[in-house]
Amino acid sequence: MRAVDALMECLKAEGVEVVFGLPGGANLPTYDAFYDAGIRHILVRHEAGGGHAAEGYAKATGKVGVSLGTSGPGATNLVTPICDAMMDSVPVVFLTGQVRTELLGTDGFQEADTIGITMPIVKHSFMIQHPLEIPRSIHEAFHIARSGRPGPVVVDIPQDLSRADIPYEPVTDVHLPGYQPTTEGNQKQIRLAAKALANARRPVIYAGGGVISANASAELTELALADRFPVTCTVMGLGGFPAPHEQWLGMLGMHGTRAANYAMDEADLIVAIGARFDDRITGKLSEFAPRAKFIHIDIDPAEISKNVPAHIPIVGDAKNIVPRLTAEYRALEAESGRLEEWWSRINTWRERHPLGYEDSKDSEIKPQYMIQALYEATGGDAIVTSDVGQHQMWTAQYFHFKDPRRWINSGGLGTMGFGLPAAMGAKVGCPDQTVVCVAGDGSVQMNMQELATCAQEGIAIKVFIMNNGYLGMVRQWQELFWDKRYSQVDMGQWPDFVKLAGAYGATGMRLEDKTTLVEDMREALATDGPVLVDVRVTREENTYPMIPAGQPARNMVG
Amino acid sequence: MGEPATKELLSLDELEAASGVRTGRKHILSITVENKPGVLTRIAGLFARRGFNIDTLAVGPTEDERVSRITLTLDGAVHPIDQVTKQLHKLVNVLKIRDLEPQETLARELAIFKISADGAARTEVMQICEIFRAKIVDVTRRSVIAEITGTCDKVDAFEQLVRPFGLIEMARTGEIAISRGRSET
Repeated sequence: MRAVDALMECLKAEGVEVVFGLPGGANLPTYDAFYDAGIRHILVRHEAGGGHAAEGYAKATGKVGVSLGTSGPGATNLVTPICDAMMDSVPVVFLTGQVRTELLGTDGFQEADTIGITMPIVKHSFMIQHPLEIPRSIHEAFHIARSGRPGPVVVDIPQDLSRADIPYEPVTDVHLPGYQPTTEGNQKQIRLAAKALANARRPVIYAGGGVISANASAELTELALADRFPVTCTVMGLGGFPAPHEQWLGMLGMHGTRAANYAMDEADLIVAIGARFDDRITGKLSEFAPRAKFIHIDIDPAEISKNVPAHIPIVGDAKNIVPRLTAEYRALEAESGRLEEWWSRINTWRERHPLGYEDSKDSEIKPQYMIQALYEATGGDAIVTSDVGQHQMWTAQYFHFKDPRRWINSGGLGTMGFGLPAAMGAKVGCPDQTVVCVAGDGSVQMNMQELATCAQEGIAIKVFIMNNGYLGMVRQWQELFWDKRYSQVDMGQWPDFVKLAGAYGATGMRLEDKTTLVEDMREALATDGPVLVDVRVTREENTYPMIPAGQPARNMVG
Repeated sequence: MGEPATKELLSLDELEAASGVRTGRKHILSITVENKPGVLTRIAGLFARRGFNIDTLAVGPTEDERVSRITLTLDGAVHPIDQVTKQLHKLVNVLKIRDLEPQETLARELAIFKISADGAARTEVMQICEIFRAKIVDVTRRSVIAEITGTCDKVDAFEQLVRPFGLIEMARTGEIAISRGRSET
């Protein structure tokens, strides 16, 4: 059988339902195999769109996403999604075509050193050197992508090898002696952590994207409810704990709530679960949570004590560890009244500093209100993707995520242009759910072309552009820290998104009136097919509160 | 799940963070890796990306043809070694990493020195070689080449002594090491 047909068998054996890709010379054999392989292939307009779509699919479904590109520019166009998937631990297998082996190293047409270029930004990669390696490498790639701390895996297949005739036998095991992720947490450490929790007077649970990847949201909630532990999540962890809950402090970090950041600042014990103490969380590292001891639960041992030294490190899968911690904690029958004082302090912060903004006096739409209106129009029942910038932070603040895998954004790499294709991937993975993309007018243009894919494939995503005619977050920083010298941030009124939507075969709408916004959004959501809504909002509004970069949490402004 | 935790009190003040410390000494890491193309690049890339400085690096085959050994030395005053080893462990082709204990380790380096040595200087150079058990492997009228094996410190000491005579060239392999005794490194 041709190696590419074996490849199709491997994809099916891995349960692949859909792939996102774009053909070219070097992966022509693969595309010939797709012709009648019975695997859904979505033809994207740009490989980056396909890569982010695979990420969106993976994040929404918890399955491994698959993205394809040809050699050279096809592969280099995938670099951003690969890096994005690495930073946010998204399981995606990237299959790239490569020039024929006889051309390798000769600067052949559309040749690029894909393995070399992507080496620093992959969990692992395979350069196929013999056609017989293909089936095993594919299965190993899926295994590595989905297990342990998930991440991107690249498989680079030279064109001639993919055409070779090989005997195919299903691969039922993987052999990776150097790859054995620890999933089972150490019982002694768990016990010590329970004891520390029982003795803490000002504890905070700080949960990150790892809770979502581990499918451990219910377990996290159980732990929080084992006592009245306050919970905060990173931008990656939103939905890991139900936002409407009274133990929810809101998101933490640069644009988190004061209650969450002040609680971290004054905590005596912080339980970090699947979170990595990013600089957007800690602010000035030397003054981060100065009174706290740290329990750090993570499946990646290298995250432990990377930025903040852990006092009780527990390496393993949160889904395995958190319930054991809860059980150990319960057995201690700790005295719950000890948290009263802590809660009264937290409640003071909550009452004094709720999230808020000054609403417009006329029909002008404030960006924060746009998110509140969207929350109302969807009833909170939607998968929401976003690009990167002010709109992302406002969505994180004002769309109260109750469930995991409903909030899909680019947190680590901060990739503009992520939201629209990610929504496309999420919708393909979850066709029965409402999938909404909140985009910036700057960001959306970076992968706009995928609207054509959505139109062709009938992928009914609803894109709401928060249009302020600026690269808003950069403008905000220029206003606050660079003396209002607005350098290259004004995007004016171009393009005309409504016309553009029409050209792409989507429905375009423009919304400018606050008083009818919720109704208008409902109409957009009820419209068939892909919809692009240009929501005109206040041009110069700032995202607050904010920890200025490099400063400690207690210096929050706004 | 075993017995439940005791209810004894634990003061949070007693908890100490153990990792992330800088030891302040030289570390020799012995890393066995799968003998596959690109593995060294992955390791070198990781060091560059994370800002870890390698002092020396030596790569060669092991008793198992599928496995190569990389011996590298780095300064524990500059890097938290546990962070280095944990990052290395994430590489799928890395099989095993040992941070070798200096007392229980046999470490050797090979070095070749081309020293300018004419007339009276030659005798002196040869004397130094004898003391260090260095071998003279090439002689011309104006130079000698000496080959020396030993720990990095020994080679350093030799270098210091011959440098004043005029060190024309020097090549060093970097240390290779295995643990003492019967058990595997």
